[in-house]
Amino acid sequence: MKLELRGITKRFGALVANDHIDLVVEPGEIHCLLGENGAGKSTLMNVLYGLYRAEEGEILLDDVPQHFTGPGDAMAAGIGMVHQHFMLIPVFTVAENVMLGHEKTNFGGRLNLTAARQQVREISSRFGFDIDPDALIEDLPVGVQQRVEIIKALSRDAQVLVFDEPTAVLTPQETDELMVIMRQLKAAGTSIVFITHKLREVREVADRITVIRLGKVVGEASPSATNTELASLMVGRPVELTVHKDPKIAGEAALVISHLSVIDHRGQLVVNDVSFEVKAGEILAIAGVQGNGQTELTEAIMGLQPRVTGSIVLDGIELRRESTRKVLDSGVGFVPEDRGEDGLIAGFTIAENLMLDRADGAPFVKAGALQLGSLAEFAEHKIVEFDIRAQGIGTHAGKLSGGNQQKVVLARELSRDLRLFVAAQPTRGLDVGSIEFVHSRIVATRDAGTPVIVVSTELDEVVALADRIAVMYRGEIVGIVPGTTPRDVLGLMMAGELPDSAEAAA
Amino acid sequence: MTTVTGNQGVSSSAPIALASAMVRNWKTPIALGFFAILALVLFGIFGRPGTSTFRLSTDTDFVQIPMIPVDARPASLITSVVLVLIAAWATRLVQRARRVPLWIIAVFAVLFLFTFLVWASAGLRAIPVAGLLVGAVSLSVPLIFGALGGVISERVGVVNVAIEGQLLAGAFVSALVASATRVPLLGLLAAMVAGMLVSFVLAAFSIKYFVDQVIVGVVLNVLVTGLTSFLYSTLLSPNQTTLNSPQRFQRINIPVLSDIPIIGPTLFRQTIIVYIMYVAVLVVWYCLFNTKWGLRLRSSGENPQAADTVGINVNRTRFWNVSLAGAIAGFGGAYFTLGSVGGFSKEMTAGAGFIALAAVIFGRWDPIRATLAALLFGFATNLQSVLSTIGSPVPSEFMLMLPYVITIFAVAGLVGSVRGPAASGKPYVKG
Amino acid sequence: MTDSRPPTPVEPGPPTEPGPPTGPDSSTGHGSPATPGSPAEAPSRFSGVLREITTGNAVISVLAVVLALVAGGILIALTDPGVKAASGYLFSRPSDTLQAIWTSVSGAYLALFQGSIYNFSRPDFASGIKPFTETLSFATPLIAAGLGVALAFRVGLFNIGGRGQMLIAAAAAGWVGYSFDIPFPLHLIIALLVGIAGGAIWGGIVGLLKARTGAHEVIVTIMLNYVAYYLVAYLLRTPGLLQAKGSSNPKSPAMKASAIFPDLFGPNYNLTIGFILVIAATAFVWYLLNRSSLGFKFRAIGENPHAARVAGIDVKNMYVYAMLISGGLIGLAGANQVQASITTGFGSGIDAGIGFDAITVALLGRSKPWGVFVAGILFGAFKAGGFTMQASQGVPIEIVLVVQSLIVLFIAAPPLVRAVFRLPAPVAVTRLRPSKISGKKAVVTK
Repeated sequence: MKLELRGITKRFGALVANDHIDLVVEPGEIHCLLGENGAGKSTLMNVLYGLYRAEEGEILLDDVPQHFTGPGDAMAAGIGMVHQHFMLIPVFTVAENVMLGHEKTNFGGRLNLTAARQQVREISSRFGFDIDPDALIEDLPVGVQQRVEIIKALSRDAQVLVFDEPTAVLTPQETDELMVIMRQLKAAGTSIVFITHKLREVREVADRITVIRLGKVVGEASPSATNTELASLMVGRPVELTVHKDPKIAGEAALVISHLSVIDHRGQLVVNDVSFEVKAGEILAIAGVQGNGQTELTEAIMGLQPRVTGSIVLDGIELRRESTRKVLDSGVGFVPEDRGEDGLIAGFTIAENLMLDRADGAPFVKAGALQLGSLAEFAEHKIVEFDIRAQGIGTHAGKLSGGNQQKVVLARELSRDLRLFVAAQPTRGLDVGSIEFVHSRIVATRDAGTPVIVVSTELDEVVALADRIAVMYRGEIVGIVPGTTPRDVLGLMMAGELPDSAEAAA
Repeated sequence: MTTVTGNQGVSSSAPIALASAMVRNWKTPIALGFFAILALVLFGIFGRPGTSTFRLSTDTDFVQIPMIPVDARPASLITSVVLVLIAAWATRLVQRARRVPLWIIAVFAVLFLFTFLVWASAGLRAIPVAGLLVGAVSLSVPLIFGALGGVISERVGVVNVAIEGQLLAGAFVSALVASATRVPLLGLLAAMVAGMLVSFVLAAFSIKYFVDQVIVGVVLNVLVTGLTSFLYSTLLSPNQTTLNSPQRFQRINIPVLSDIPIIGPTLFRQTIIVYIMYVAVLVVWYCLFNTKWGLRLRSSGENPQAADTVGINVNRTRFWNVSLAGAIAGFGGAYFTLGSVGGFSKEMTAGAGFIALAAVIFGRWDPIRATLAALLFGFATNLQSVLSTIGSPVPSEFMLMLPYVITIFAVAGLVGSVRGPAASGKPYVKG
Repeated sequence: MTDSRPPTPVEPGPPTEPGPPTGPDSSTGHGSPATPGSPAEAPSRFSGVLREITTGNAVISVLAVVLALVAGGILIALTDPGVKAASGYLFSRPSDTLQAIWTSVSGAYLALFQGSIYNFSRPDFASGIKPFTETLSFATPLIAAGLGVALAFRVGLFNIGGRGQMLIAAAAAGWVGYSFDIPFPLHLIIALLVGIAGGAIWGGIVGLLKARTGAHEVIVTIMLNYVAYYLVAYLLRTPGLLQAKGSSNPKSPAMKASAIFPDLFGPNYNLTIGFILVIAATAFVWYLLNRSSLGFKFRAIGENPHAARVAGIDVKNMYVYAMLISGGLIGLAGANQVQASITTGFGSGIDAGIGFDAITVALLGRSKPWGVFVAGILFGAFKAGGFTMQASQGVPIEIVLVVQSLIVLFIAAPPLVRAVFRLPAPVAVTRLRPSKISGKKAVVTK
């Protein structure tokens, strides 16, 4: 099926998210939509899928104009979508999720689960998936959940399939498998729109590439273009893909973690007997696919996990079993991975957010009373220092862009005397300019002699920042390797394998 | 911290032996132990002498079962020792990192109740077991309808604190309509419409205007209380005979079934409202888990955006199911006027809606369990009145407190973790 | 943390926030082009001011009151016997019906005004203003309890337990007030403090249960209301406990004079120093929330408990502190009931529904201390005037409940009020965030 978007314009208030976007996807083609975070890719696809209504423009399928009032219409017309945040119901089974919205029923309105199971099995076998139709979604690994999403779309006879940042949660190996599936789908005649900001994947699988920047189509590229060409097209200026970093002058081991295990609220061992150390003045990157225990590991360091065994020693002081307050007071700076949820309070002003983890004593509190004067002074200073673009210190954090929100978090955490800096997914969802800024601050912190832990699922980021890399898989550290380790080795480690060459290097 | 994707990634994969051993839940054995020792000390060791008698049959029963006399002290002592043993067993199970099965807790509860009854009625008049149960069912009827309304509403994603208002509106309107038309059935229908109207307001404010659902619920209760009381004073009270003397439904004895001892009088000598209730519970339970309606309803309450992306109109689904929930609760309200009391009086629901809400949570958002919870609350309330008629030493206030204390224990997690629909209470805002 | 999510995730707080916060979605960032702090082109200054006035909160509040009063008026007219009689011949003489409607509604609202603000039929100012002092004395417990509910709101807790907290507080203060012989100011102060402590403990139980077990406070407070009610009822009907000696009524003895709040303007007016206490309480809550470290933490948790926890704020303890203070403020209302309002001995209805009214007061006051103060006076006026209206016009006092709840409903839904009065919508708030269920995870404390 041929998909054509003509002059799609979508505004949010005064903001133009999509500005007269044209796009043609031929039948059986993999068409990449490339653009950095916030460029308007997802908005465009939500318009296509009937979730948003465009102010201008039209959607044509096989040259027939379509009028979608909701996702139901889009699906009926043959458009399927694999969402970035899976649209699955955790407490339902695979079969129930697949049938939802187009249920077949037996006599008396009873759901025909047999038919749904059959459909799941049939599509699974076509693509070589191994999926139990009666498994609960919440019990499935992320990669499998994504396949359920694909089955969902195919069970509705989707002719155009949209993948919205599908690789964000996958291991490199799973990513390769997904590429295979995409090619299989393409061979079967399905048109595919592949949304991503990862250059490597684009070049590997795309037939055509359309680049979007600030809501506008800025050009088309062929898959043979170089990374640098694609990146500068995407960002609108020449981009350096590497971070400037002096060789490390590492000192003594400052943080020593030994035999650390974390059990989550469901009784699962999410971090399993992990030991490593971080020296003063080095960046240890913790790589791995989302959900392999990195989150819980950082939270355990911060005193945010209730069931932790083992030890966490910072400069000779045991931090395990200490409260978060105590950990912060020991000089640990922390950038949580979900900044909107855990890092900031949207309804608080920038100034209030800057004192969020210092609400107990000097300089912002004296005898239980807030010192609004010194807070304002501090905030004014930090807004300049960290280049936070806002109307003033009274602006609510929720009104800031992602990059500026992250700058507020960094400004807060880096303004204390740090003995350890932990940054989890510090650049997730940021535009390239902000990424560069965040990276330079992290490197500066290292250069000041502070031990730094960076948790990242993005290999590019890991390779750019790390002095040493620890790779986590299923709660365990597969190995700790030098920052110069090749990507393919890291990729294997992220899938749980430790190549001999890597072991030798470590 | 819970990062949803994070846990999912690992949960299926990690083969972990250590895990379950580390998280033992000591709440159940502690609670059982507490109650067992309470029984042993209060009812067993310091028990009251005398004979307790259980009267199982009513006078009109086809088959008469003789009274069962029990010598209170030894009986209490024996059963409370059994209770202690059960508690010890539960402790042992948890020590071995196993779960305490539900049936053990159920057996414990029944035995505890028996011990308590033996103790409380020692040396007094016989306990009319059938009467106790009949009254329990009767008091539970509005609670069960309210709880069903609560389950539907919360399952679709709207917290329904307005059950009280829906019951009260149903009671008022059914009395008014049934009196004015002299047709009780019309009163029932009108009660459903009234409950639905209350739901419309709840749905409109929470779905269209994104007002916090609990706040709307609380305010609606005040509004309905005010309206019905105002209209009672201005309309019903001056015209008591024409507007507030509805005909009550007659009891219908189901042939054969109603002659079964104990069960017969309890379940099968009831009014049409109660029979409809049996059907309603089963139908709601069946449909919620086995039909397209139920699947879509639950999806809207668990992950509305996912439901939206497969073409389900979440807000419409929510609106109509909240309305349905209101209709069911309103129907239950009619029981106050057409089933039990007769005329309407100010604030006659007296907090039944809140108990129904507690039953929803206690019953973990499951129609059958919520019904059982409602029956439990009805039973406790009726137990109090039965005990005070036979002159028991337990202050009635403490018996009346019981359902509420039980609920606090329940939500504090002694009965197990409570997990409601994920998106209940959250408005669904489309982009 | 147990794996129990709060059973009914509510997001209490100012009721007017529609949906998820504005601003770019930080976690996904996609599809929401971020423009840092570049507001829409500023409209001309005048129209901006006009817009601000017509769309601002204050106007919505006033219009909500007007709407609710109109609805109340319709109810009054519909049920008025005079109107009914005249409507029998509506088509032959419609003016009679209109006349009757006017008479009934204006009569009722005039009575409401004269019963609550100023009575023009009195000869001098001193007696004419008496209704207003009545309003203030009715407002006293409403403000105190409203502050308690509002404070809990700001911490993200919904305290529906005002009734139970008031009952316990009243029983505690009352018991001290009638059973001891202590000299005047000391007796009053001890009784007051014991009352506040009673309320604080009853509220603190809720905070403790929430912190330790994750039990949802809405359910626990509702349940504790009943527990408190039956507990106090039991104490009141049992000789030797709270029951007055030689009486068979479930009622306590009268308070000793040394424990009663002194009148503010002499014996002719019912207004006591309780009102001064409430002004002080309002100032205290304002300071606590806006200027203190504790209040900062409270607000942080109320806005986003996850971020607060990550920032090292002990969320569990804060829940306990917040419920203690909230219960204490409601306890002040309870103590005021026995030490100022009803000093002749109390029954189990001593809370007089104030615990529930407090919720509407807090909502109307948008959970801001001085907002609650004004809202409390408004509702106090409704109460004072409602009695006069019932006595002189025969309009049942329950109409006040209807009007009050309508006010809160309308205030909670500004778009509705704007639609009714055809006001312009406020400057379009750009919602950059794509449709995502307001992403609050369950409050997880360790």
